[in-house]
Amino acid sequence: MCVDLGRGVRDIMARRVAIVGTGQTHHRSQRRDVNGREMIREAVMRALEDCELTIRDIDAIVIGNMDHFESINYVDTWSIEGSGGYMRPIMKVTTGGTTGTTVAIAGYYHVASGLFDRVLAIGWEKNSESDTTGAIITCSDPIWDRFSYSGAIPSLATEATAYMAQYGATQEDAARVAVRERTHAANNPYAHLTRPITIKDVMESPMLSYPIKLLDVCPRTDGACAVVFAAEGVAEKICPKPAWVRACSVRHSYTWFGDVDYDIGLLSLERASREAYREAGIRSPADDFDVAELYLPYSFAGLKWIEVLGFCKPGEGPRFVWDGHTDMGGKIPMNPSGGVMSTNCIGATGLLRVAEAAIQIMGKAQKRQVPDAKTALATGFGGCWWSDVVILSAQKP
Amino acid sequence: MEDWLKDVKPLTVKGQIAMPYTWSVGETGSSFLVALRDQTKILASRCDACGTVYVPPRKNCPKCFTDIQGSMEVGPEGTVEAFTIVRQGHPLHPAKAPFAYVLVRLDGSDVGFLHIVRDDWDKLAVGCRVKALFRAQRTGHILDIDTFQVI
Amino acid sequence: MERIAVVGVAQTPYERRKREQTYYDMVYDVTRRALEDAGYSLDDIDNVITISNDFWDGRTISSMAVQEAAGAHDKNVSTVEGDGTFGAFYGAMRVLAGFRTTLVVAHSKGSEGDPRFITNGMFDPIYHRPLGIDAIASAALQASAYMSRFGATEEQFALVSVKNHGNAKRNPHAQLPMDLTVEDVMRSRKIADPLKLLDCSPVSDGAAALVIASESAAKRARTRPVWIKGIAHCAEAYFLGDRDLANPLALKEAARKAYGMAGITDPRKEIHVVELYDAFSYMEPLWLEGMGFCEAGQGVRITEMGTTAMGGEMPVNPSGGVLSAHPVMVAGLARIIEAVLQLRGEAGARQVEGARTALAHGINGPCGQSHCVWILGGE
Repeated sequence: MCVDLGRGVRDIMARRVAIVGTGQTHHRSQRRDVNGREMIREAVMRALEDCELTIRDIDAIVIGNMDHFESINYVDTWSIEGSGGYMRPIMKVTTGGTTGTTVAIAGYYHVASGLFDRVLAIGWEKNSESDTTGAIITCSDPIWDRFSYSGAIPSLATEATAYMAQYGATQEDAARVAVRERTHAANNPYAHLTRPITIKDVMESPMLSYPIKLLDVCPRTDGACAVVFAAEGVAEKICPKPAWVRACSVRHSYTWFGDVDYDIGLLSLERASREAYREAGIRSPADDFDVAELYLPYSFAGLKWIEVLGFCKPGEGPRFVWDGHTDMGGKIPMNPSGGVMSTNCIGATGLLRVAEAAIQIMGKAQKRQVPDAKTALATGFGGCWWSDVVILSAQKP
Repeated sequence: MEDWLKDVKPLTVKGQIAMPYTWSVGETGSSFLVALRDQTKILASRCDACGTVYVPPRKNCPKCFTDIQGSMEVGPEGTVEAFTIVRQGHPLHPAKAPFAYVLVRLDGSDVGFLHIVRDDWDKLAVGCRVKALFRAQRTGHILDIDTFQVI
Repeated sequence: MERIAVVGVAQTPYERRKREQTYYDMVYDVTRRALEDAGYSLDDIDNVITISNDFWDGRTISSMAVQEAAGAHDKNVSTVEGDGTFGAFYGAMRVLAGFRTTLVVAHSKGSEGDPRFITNGMFDPIYHRPLGIDAIASAALQASAYMSRFGATEEQFALVSVKNHGNAKRNPHAQLPMDLTVEDVMRSRKIADPLKLLDCSPVSDGAAALVIASESAAKRARTRPVWIKGIAHCAEAYFLGDRDLANPLALKEAARKAYGMAGITDPRKEIHVVELYDAFSYMEPLWLEGMGFCEAGQGVRITEMGTTAMGGEMPVNPSGGVLSAHPVMVAGLARIIEAVLQLRGEAGARQVEGARTALAHGINGPCGQSHCVWILGGE
């Protein structure tokens, strides 16, 4: 099932790039005290403080969110007061749920290109300002898909039922993932939802779309995240333990929901991860990664997608999780931050995965630190079944 | 295969993105709107680093990127920096065309304030003096200032 | 900067309303033709940048509508939401960072939405949107500021419309080739003073694509490479009132950086042809000043003198410019493409003889809040 694409050949040697600082807001359901720009600035100031830079040290900015959640057209030019873009180059990237990782990857390419030495990548969302489902539904084709099969949850529910039928996995297996995310979130002072939950809590939560219940799925959050990328030669002067970007890979595959084949693995994640693993020299994910921040928008993803990523064989996801391998202290702790199911400010969510992975490598994760984390995996996911993969390492490539 | 396409008349499907929004104004902006509503005052704030007085007031200076504290009153009179007379109406407009948009340098501020002139737009010229007129019923909204008027 | 080039280009004809084509159809069309132009197969494309805007498309994740049509299946892909010049900038960075080729494709169907609602959405929802301001009214404010600062007149702006619509007659892609007089422009319907219908660009449907390649990948292309010598962009303050609308600071900075990268010290002498983003007639002289082609306030003078006409010392917008075709998001990419055609000697009836260095330009945000400048060279 795995295709070797052999795309390693490069004509121009990219500069090596590292993350040298991160910042995020304390994520909440509603931040009424600040407007969008002010919220963005909180994350930006914290990122600058984290690496002891000022905005004047920043050469370029890239920003992302999902437009219809706040109804701001041309967010890059709107954001200036909050993003620090005054008399600076700034551009907007946006790709749905993967926006946050798209922003991180764009930050990487800005520096790798050689044109900029220190780049600020910003992801943000103020989900409280709109009807999330109402906005998401507009991603579907207005003629073919919008009125029949739409919103984030139905397609995920279809994947879950297919997976359960294929391997005999249960709702309790998925609930174990939800419990883990919330347990981890308790260590993260920035996380939105931190109250611990039990398997029973998940099973008794309201059913949204079988088999997905309220506690199987991510919340909607107001929050922002900012990450500073710097070039080799510059990064080392800013940060004692920079998190070097070893690989980034993207596959945005489907365009129409009806084309998705639920009997196979998440194809975009498989393809993107294999390309990134090859680039970074990863042979056995469970052994070679010390920590993973995975974009799991719902609990069943924590069973199925870890198989797709090669942490365990197809069908073995539940066993792998119940054995404790993905808990703090386990073989490959997953989502020490609490993950997407604990915090979901959509434009920031993917960037938070990269930021949290970087925080692990930089040794700044405090209560959620995985000891001696040297190699980290971060993923992004979004409509329509798209995947992004970023690999960070304490070692310069 | 292509023949049958020639006789097909392309269709369209009508739709709309009709979604309600609730934007957070933030504390700084809220003080501005509350002052419009409760005191018919126009508030501004000043960056201590560069000295620029901004209206509406800002929580931080866009240029210096530093925090701004406090506020002061500006206007209600000012000088027109630029204007345009809108001739073609649209449902979005708060007034029936013709009316004008103006950028007003309110007395005491260092930036232009964007608003409208409903009635005496034919008297407008760059450099002329205008004054903010408030609505009788105010709700904490930019249109608590009903219009600017040439003085 | 490493040597990178534009090796393939394609545009649709720009029209008021493309009834037979969806976004997907337009993007597939220009992607296929840009590849043909370059002499590449889809396998030669390492990664893709798509450009679209959720408001204009009436669709969240607007890129979802076109990923496969843009040849992005099983490839690395990303999406810029901003004018084509900015998207192509990201595409160029990705080649500089190691991809051998990047396909950049933009699409827009202005006919499918209401531009007033859509551009009203650019403005702050709390302080400005409720005033009903949109792209045209804000541009009118900028024109007002420009006129009062330098004494420029509506008749002088009209000369730009006359020139550009006339140039469009030689561009088979342009939507509005027209024989106009200054009188025609002055008598056209008033929209927001001083802007009249013929001072404003139309809102168009269309798509465009280009392929950027590293020097060695360019060797495999069919076309003569057009080298990217300098690229830069910059944004200024957001609130209209915070800006000096008659002084395009962000453009000056972007131009300065791009010239620096390209080794240009005397733009007026060294640039042979300019394709700039004239969304409104007054913007052409204002941007010419920002690009350093003349002193502040002299933009209308060099237009009057014929410097910027076809056959003049430095033709500006031989394609007819944005005044003649305005597919939003696409128009900046079209400026780059037109510059490429000029430098290849493939511009047909609109060819500027002996053009060796060109400037292409795009804007983003209200009244040109953000500018992107490209310097391209034939050698």
